[in-house]
Amino acid sequence: MRIMAVDEIAEALAIGPGMALADARARLPDLQTTPYDAAGDARWLEEVADSCDRFTPSVALDPPDGLILDITGCAHLWGGEAGLMSALAAHLVQLGLTLRLALAETPDKARALARHGGEMLRVGRKISPRTLNEAGLGYQPQPEQAAAPSTRATPLDVLDLSVDALGLAEDKITALRRAGLRTLGDLAMRPRAPLAARFGQEAVARLARILGEEDARITPRRVPPDISVTQRFAEPVGHSDILRVTLHGLAGEAAQQLAQRGQGARAFLLMLFRSDGHVQRLAIATGQATRDPDLVLRLFQERIETLADPLDPGFGYDLIRLDISETEALGADQLGLTGKDSPARAAGLLTDRLSVRLGAERVRRFAAADSHIPECAGFTVPVARPVLPLADPSGTLEAGEPPLRPVHLMDPPQIVQVIAEVPDGPPRRFRWRRQVHDITAYEGPERLSAEWWKRRDGAGLTRDYYRVEDSEGRRFWLFRHGLYGREKDKPDWYLHGLFG
Amino acid sequence: MVNMIDSYPSLARLKRQIEALAPSAWRDPRGRVSFGLDHMDARLDGGLARGAVHEVLPQAEGDWPSASAFALIIARRAAEASGKILWISSDAQRRRYGAPYGPGLADLGLNPDQILLVHAPDDLACLKAASDSLACTGLAALILDMGATQRLDLTASRRLALAAERSGVTALLLRPPASILASAAASRWQVAAAPSVPLPGHAPGRLTLSVALLRHRGGATPFDMVVEWNNEYKRVCEPAVLRDLPTSSQRRHMVA
Repeated sequence: MRIMAVDEIAEALAIGPGMALADARARLPDLQTTPYDAAGDARWLEEVADSCDRFTPSVALDPPDGLILDITGCAHLWGGEAGLMSALAAHLVQLGLTLRLALAETPDKARALARHGGEMLRVGRKISPRTLNEAGLGYQPQPEQAAAPSTRATPLDVLDLSVDALGLAEDKITALRRAGLRTLGDLAMRPRAPLAARFGQEAVARLARILGEEDARITPRRVPPDISVTQRFAEPVGHSDILRVTLHGLAGEAAQQLAQRGQGARAFLLMLFRSDGHVQRLAIATGQATRDPDLVLRLFQERIETLADPLDPGFGYDLIRLDISETEALGADQLGLTGKDSPARAAGLLTDRLSVRLGAERVRRFAAADSHIPECAGFTVPVARPVLPLADPSGTLEAGEPPLRPVHLMDPPQIVQVIAEVPDGPPRRFRWRRQVHDITAYEGPERLSAEWWKRRDGAGLTRDYYRVEDSEGRRFWLFRHGLYGREKDKPDWYLHGLFG
Repeated sequence: MVNMIDSYPSLARLKRQIEALAPSAWRDPRGRVSFGLDHMDARLDGGLARGAVHEVLPQAEGDWPSASAFALIIARRAAEASGKILWISSDAQRRRYGAPYGPGLADLGLNPDQILLVHAPDDLACLKAASDSLACTGLAALILDMGATQRLDLTASRRLALAAERSGVTALLLRPPASILASAAASRWQVAAAPSVPLPGHAPGRLTLSVALLRHRGGATPFDMVVEWNNEYKRVCEPAVLRDLPTSSQRRHMVA
């Protein structure tokens, strides 16, 4: 068993990752260990990344233990780069992390500096020799590990980094060292073509990126929103009234930006940043584009009411952000002559509310489906999803024809026991839910073949549909699954729908 | 801004006049939902009250599809060709009787585009959705299908009735057979399936129902009759051939 990670005290006692557990125990018999949990660490990293959303919308993971933040255009909100760095350091140290921070023009340069820049960039708790002695641990720490933390922009130069920072395979690094190339500075001075020939194209590409000659942007974890408005609090807030007022204010601010662009929003994301680093995300979507702050507030209140776990403000939220991720063109509102909402708009508001409360999947409408398979033809979609309008259904029936399709469709079809005079003839009597129905009138079969062109083997059973009426006047839609004798020896019967 | 405009009395009056001229029959809360069958409407003083709650009960468990079809008929008459109809059903009811089916509704003469479906997980969610929907002036009719439940008591149905009255939405409650719970509904109907007039080739004909008015707040005398739904002209009519059909009250006597 090997050690994966250590805390400051262990580090001060020269116990480090990669050491065998037995060796470490030999040095420190009462070493406390917990099993390594890679998935848990990854989750934690995600959580930390979430909480870093407060500094910039573009946060990328650098597994297993790194984060890269693109702070382009965000630094001024924190009083410059130095201000952002110290706020970030303070935030992460508060989460109990020890970190190495670096700021550079390109992501790769910052990463190289942070990972290989030595102890100068380290922020967090430091263990002094005295603490160790007080704790009864007699070992003296290595003197060079007591370096002072620094939150300022790095005093290090990327050229001073060792060639390890290239992140190449072990043999390549050894080859570089053998050639007397120990730092990136040594490499940077040399012509690139021979380097590429000897150490590979990758080494040159990485070098160019770390030196900042080539800029490769990060891929943020989330797509940056179209519009994002933020409210920060000097003191964390937790009272629901304050939340409501804040949200209304943010929605109003967003509405102004939207109005300037002539747009309305269809999807909102509310992020509540708790002071202990937890982030609560609440999303709502509307069927029609909107800018109305009152409506947004109302929908979020619905959303909060439906949460399985109620909102837990803990010690309060210190930052609230409203992101708008989906926008649509929306002209200036014109009130109706009577000042009332039009019926379509009123219905839209209702379905939005119900979608937020019950979930978008539960508020549906019918959509056009190009299929003759009955269960596919009655396709429904969530109201919130835009669909093509249905074709006008009037005129599908000929004059004088009764309804040919049932009002209610069973999903899945229910198996029934049928007695027919001949195996491929119409049904005479059937049993469903322990009741026997004598069939007095029928029409059929309406033969619907399976969609054989969709399957490679062309398989699928033909259905023979019958519209039947029993002696009490109840009307049913039955089908025989499979053609008797040709597709199946004993085809099953199913009840697929109920007419009125 | 609206208030500022309204502060001119003449303008406010003009707006009321224009509102009165607008052809929005299904939004008139004082209007009536007629069935399109003269002697049936005459007994109901022109039809069912719009902006009220009406209850539809199947006569027996197996008549439920007929009851739901009757509710759809009233909703279609209330909504006409363009008004929105909201259908709220609980998961339990959909498992039992299947989900509303677009092509079937179209065959019945409704436009699937005018129908919105709400799949509520339980009774409470059904009721909450219904009371919200009844406050919405954008709907023409609402069908609430929640099966047997204790939640829809007198207080709840009274609340629904008040909301319907304010917004002018016609609400149709599908209730289990023989439910004797008190309610504030404007009318109560019992519906059973009835054999249809067969088409040539002995095929099942149009939607035929045996309906009975059990209770009416406006004082109409209870009656029962066999009616047919004409899906072409979207109105209720009498079966083309009046056969010697037992009406639902006679059937009840036969059972008793």
